[in-house]
Amino acid sequence: MSTLLEVSGVSVTFDGFRAINNLSIQIAEPELRAVIGPNGAGKTTFMDIVTGKTKPDEGRVVFGDRGDSLLGMSESQIAQAGIGRKFQKPTVFEAQTVRENIAMALKNKRGPFDVLLRRKTENREDRIRGISDEIGLTDALDQQSGSLSHGQKQWLEIGMLLAQDPRLLLVDEPAAGMTPAEREHTTDLLVRAAKTRAVVVVEHDMEFVRRLNCKVTVLHEGSVLAEGSLDHVTKNKDVVDVYLGR
Amino acid sequence: MLRLLLACLSLCMVLVFGQPAQAQTLQDVLQNNVEAVAKPSRRTVDDVIAALVASSATGIPDFLEGWREKEIWQRDADGVFFRAVEDGDGLILTDLDTAEVTTVADDDGFTQSKPNAGVRRVISSALVQFLLSDPDITRRQSALDAIGRDPSGDQLAPLRASLEGEPDADILARKQQLERQLTAQFDEDPAARIAAINDLSGDVSVEVRGVISQVLATRQFVAVDVPEGTNLARILEVGEDLSADDAYQQLVEADLAPATVSLDDVVATLTAQISDGQVAGVDVSTLDTDAARIAAYETLVASGDAPAIVLPDERAAALSAHTFYLAYTEDNADITAAAEEAQSAIAGYLGAGQTIDLTMDALSLASIYFLAAIGLAITFGVMGVINMAHGEFIMMGAYTGYVVQQVVPNYTLSIIIALPVAFAVTFAAGVAMERLVIRHLYHRPLETLLATFGIAIVLQQLAKNIFGTQARPLTSPDWLAGAWVVNDVIQISYIRIAIFVLALLFLGLILFILKRTRLGLEVRAVTQNPGMAASMGINPDRINMLTFGLGSGIAGIAGVAIGLYAKVTSEMGADYIVQSFMTVVVGGVGNVWGTLAGASLIGFTQKGIEFFNPSNTLAAQTYMILFVILFIQFRPKGIVALKGRAAGD
Amino acid sequence: MKNTFIARNPSVLWFLAGLAIFTILVTVMSEATGLGLISTSFLKTLGKTLCLCLVAIAMDVVWGYCGILSLGHFAFFGIGGYAIGMWLMYARTEGIVLTSLEANALPPTVTEITDAVGGQIFGVVGSSEFPMIWAFSHSLPLQLLAVVLVPGLLALVFGWLAFRSRVTGVYLSILTQAMTLALSLYFFQNDTGLRGNNGLSGLQNIPGLEDQSQAVVSLWFFWASAIALALGYVLFAYVVSGKFGSVIRAIRDNEARVRFLGYHVEHYKLFVFTLTAMVAGVAGALYYPQAGIINPAEIAPIASIYLAVWVAIGGRGRLYGAVIGAALVSLLSSWFTGGSAPDINLGFYVIKWTDWWLVLLGLSFVLVTLFFPKGIGGIFDALAKKTPPDREGDFGPDKGAWRNEEGEPS
Repeated sequence: MSTLLEVSGVSVTFDGFRAINNLSIQIAEPELRAVIGPNGAGKTTFMDIVTGKTKPDEGRVVFGDRGDSLLGMSESQIAQAGIGRKFQKPTVFEAQTVRENIAMALKNKRGPFDVLLRRKTENREDRIRGISDEIGLTDALDQQSGSLSHGQKQWLEIGMLLAQDPRLLLVDEPAAGMTPAEREHTTDLLVRAAKTRAVVVVEHDMEFVRRLNCKVTVLHEGSVLAEGSLDHVTKNKDVVDVYLGR
Repeated sequence: MLRLLLACLSLCMVLVFGQPAQAQTLQDVLQNNVEAVAKPSRRTVDDVIAALVASSATGIPDFLEGWREKEIWQRDADGVFFRAVEDGDGLILTDLDTAEVTTVADDDGFTQSKPNAGVRRVISSALVQFLLSDPDITRRQSALDAIGRDPSGDQLAPLRASLEGEPDADILARKQQLERQLTAQFDEDPAARIAAINDLSGDVSVEVRGVISQVLATRQFVAVDVPEGTNLARILEVGEDLSADDAYQQLVEADLAPATVSLDDVVATLTAQISDGQVAGVDVSTLDTDAARIAAYETLVASGDAPAIVLPDERAAALSAHTFYLAYTEDNADITAAAEEAQSAIAGYLGAGQTIDLTMDALSLASIYFLAAIGLAITFGVMGVINMAHGEFIMMGAYTGYVVQQVVPNYTLSIIIALPVAFAVTFAAGVAMERLVIRHLYHRPLETLLATFGIAIVLQQLAKNIFGTQARPLTSPDWLAGAWVVNDVIQISYIRIAIFVLALLFLGLILFILKRTRLGLEVRAVTQNPGMAASMGINPDRINMLTFGLGSGIAGIAGVAIGLYAKVTSEMGADYIVQSFMTVVVGGVGNVWGTLAGASLIGFTQKGIEFFNPSNTLAAQTYMILFVILFIQFRPKGIVALKGRAAGD
Repeated sequence: MKNTFIARNPSVLWFLAGLAIFTILVTVMSEATGLGLISTSFLKTLGKTLCLCLVAIAMDVVWGYCGILSLGHFAFFGIGGYAIGMWLMYARTEGIVLTSLEANALPPTVTEITDAVGGQIFGVVGSSEFPMIWAFSHSLPLQLLAVVLVPGLLALVFGWLAFRSRVTGVYLSILTQAMTLALSLYFFQNDTGLRGNNGLSGLQNIPGLEDQSQAVVSLWFFWASAIALALGYVLFAYVVSGKFGSVIRAIRDNEARVRFLGYHVEHYKLFVFTLTAMVAGVAGALYYPQAGIINPAEIAPIASIYLAVWVAIGGRGRLYGAVIGAALVSLLSSWFTGGSAPDINLGFYVIKWTDWWLVLLGLSFVLVTLFFPKGIGGIFDALAKKTPPDREGDFGPDKGAWRNEEGEPS
């Protein structure tokens, strides 16, 4: 297990409001990590920083074996470096079919000329099929993704994430709006994915986190409050205070 | 001369202090000096004029004018003088006292009085003196105007003489002004000239600048060495100050070098000597390069059939052997030095004046852009809607002003009526457009842009159908017609000042509405978070409608203001729409101060660019737009950008 | 590969077949081949319309597929026209000048010819010097290159600046409009060296083809326009199909999400913007020799907005929609404004279409935007009984994204 992502001493201020305050987190590869915390704890902003959407005021974010800094890179460069992200609200391309959505996400060269001229990549159809099997959407491959149900869209997005074949997956509330059976399926998917890569799950739902059975980081007011197994952190007095209120 | 001045003085006394004792007719006075009038000379003319002055007869200026123009004829029979113009062989005679006109068929029996140039000069200055002291103020004024138009040394003495006793303060001031200018140019005493030049050095008027540059007039000379005693302005460098071709041409004209043979000469000579398709032994058809032509020409030179071409190094040697220089036409170096000093002082004042003038210009342009853009900024900021018909609302406002002027003839009253009417008309149009079209397109901003463009086409064409294609005047009242003239450099028309004031008023009004009224609070709430605003009981539909109406209404008022100084045409909106967009984009969306900053930046930048390239306003606009495109690179959200979550990231 | 491309895009075949039939019909009926049912001037109008269709599909790709409402593509069209116009004008004037110089005793030198040509061309703006911008005007191949390269380079530089700073939506539209205005103002200046507001004229006389009648030359240009449209259609159909098309439509609907998939959105936009600008340049280079004259008014922002109007009326996001829109609106427009449309007498007022056509166009445009966002192309959907999927919201959050009312794209 080696360190894949290292966030250290990062702070962000929005109009005087300190959203992230001297945050430091390390993620190893492979690892499954859950990040929890009350509203406004900075969970989503943490993901924004790692994926390049928000630039921090200070601090360091390094990724990969060579320890490249992510701060100077654009969103697309970070994604190409191997960080995939699933948004809280499912954002698939609704006007396009499931197949097109997955094909776009498949790990291939991303340049316009590559995409335009190299139409056939090896076993593209096989890879699409493999992923659609995994997310249970093989029958819907030629459907408009806009016509999928909410849960199906969530899966499609996870499938697109898998298609990207990233080294680090950032997953924001994957289980929102799912039936219990769907949740179980999602858990399996994430646990399986975490066997070969790093997966960070942001979740509110403690039951879901418990089922993931992994190391948990608790964020509060933009910094790490506690870290360890779920049982360990739930016994932490600070965490209890934060969740139950003082 | 001294006597003349005394005479003039006494004339002034007479004019001021009352009528002379006895009335003598002009003809009587002339008859008393018959010899001197019929055969005028420098010796006698002063006496005649003195006599005329002493007589205070009427018609003296006319007589002097006629005399100067050699239009005074004497009838040989009885020696009576007439003013006369030749008419074929005959004469048209005007009686000097009664102005009675008679015609004679033959000028036999009449003798023309022919004053020579020296005498005519004396007559002229006496004439000027008479006019300058004329009791009629308009004649004095026009005499001064004549001097201002065409100053000369002769006018100096009479002008000075007329200073004393001038009753009108304005005319006196003008006389003193002209006296300084004439002194600077023509006084015989160098010290007086220098003093006058120093007096002028703070004045930036066109006239004074003309005087100074007149003193500093130069001529270009060429010589082997600059001769002793030349009042040298500067040495000219060949290649920098004047081209080698021009310089050599001067040498040729001054017979200091042999004439060149131009390519045209070569062609002409060769053409003249063609025979049997050949010239100088070569086929004409081969002469299709300059080199071949010159080679052929050289052959002709060698055989003595053409003058030699001056070779380049001969030219260069001739040029370097001579000095080209500018010399002042004024010989006294002290005077030119004083004038140079005055000129640079004036240039300094001029620069400052131009800067102020430019700032004023930029300010009024910025006001116009502000007025044109603020309505757009409000609708864009609050509703995220681009209204491409905004320019057409400006046009509607201007046409409303025009229509009101057709009904109410009093210009002041009609403007006062037109402003609220224009607001009402465009407010209504804006509300109608919002209700009928834009409301349905809130989530489709790009299509709003195109739909409002469709409306813009319709409005423009309708205006064309109703009012025709020619420009309609929107006349401003008289009190707005002039300009506030500080000096010859700084002039601001009152309309632009009025527009500036209007812009300030609207800035205040809009700030008041947005910050101090319930409507403003609701508008700001909807701008920042429509969903939340709706849940607090604010009806976003109503707010959107009112906001759109308000933005359009202001466009209407801007239309009246713009119409006052620009032409009202159906296409006038299109001229302002892009600038308005630029203003909004540069200033930052959704902020009144941003629009103000944007309008100022664009106004000042455009005027600044125009300053460097005044002949070409098109270029100024082009560079202006390029500037905006580059500006967006550095401040994509404009000068005053909303920050944080409200920016809608 | 070709097979699968056409198999997946049967509309391309239909379109090519339709265009071929149209071309043959027009050829048979033209004056050049004898039947003379179509006058040469109408033939030119048809040829010009094909060029407009070409620039319209370019506009459709950049707006309907990639979501960039460019208000500058007609400027690229105009630049293409100017580029070819410079050669046409130079070459033709040179011919005239050579003839007149033959009267001189001595054969003309190169400078004499250049000076005389310059005097002829720039006399109207009080100059006779050749500006730098005309440096390549003597060479047809170089000017043909300029037809493609100048709009391409301009689009590349402008696009790079605009996309890099992430200007999107209406901001981008306004910025492209500003670019267009700057260009047209630049062309209006006499200093630019493109004859100011006189523009370039006499472009219908093709140097080297003086022996051919206008009827024949016009037919050739008609064919060239048809071929260019066919090639352009196939090119863009290829671009917008497959994964590339998938990516640019995704950019249209949700740019940020595409970034997180690892695509450099800016590169794609720049590619599309530049490619379409180059095609627009080609269309312009074919259009203006048929029009005979080009002046800076052609480049004015309004022309580019009309281009967007055509595409919107035809139906964006489908290439044939752009063709239908451009052809229909521009032909109707020339019918109405040409005075051929009959006046309508209302008793109290006579509607002259030359005055009222723009009112009608503007109104119908507003109505189409409000009630038929899919444009004329939407009719084909209704015929094919394609119903858009049951959906909750819009297709994406971006300003250029499809909205629910616009239904399902092709």
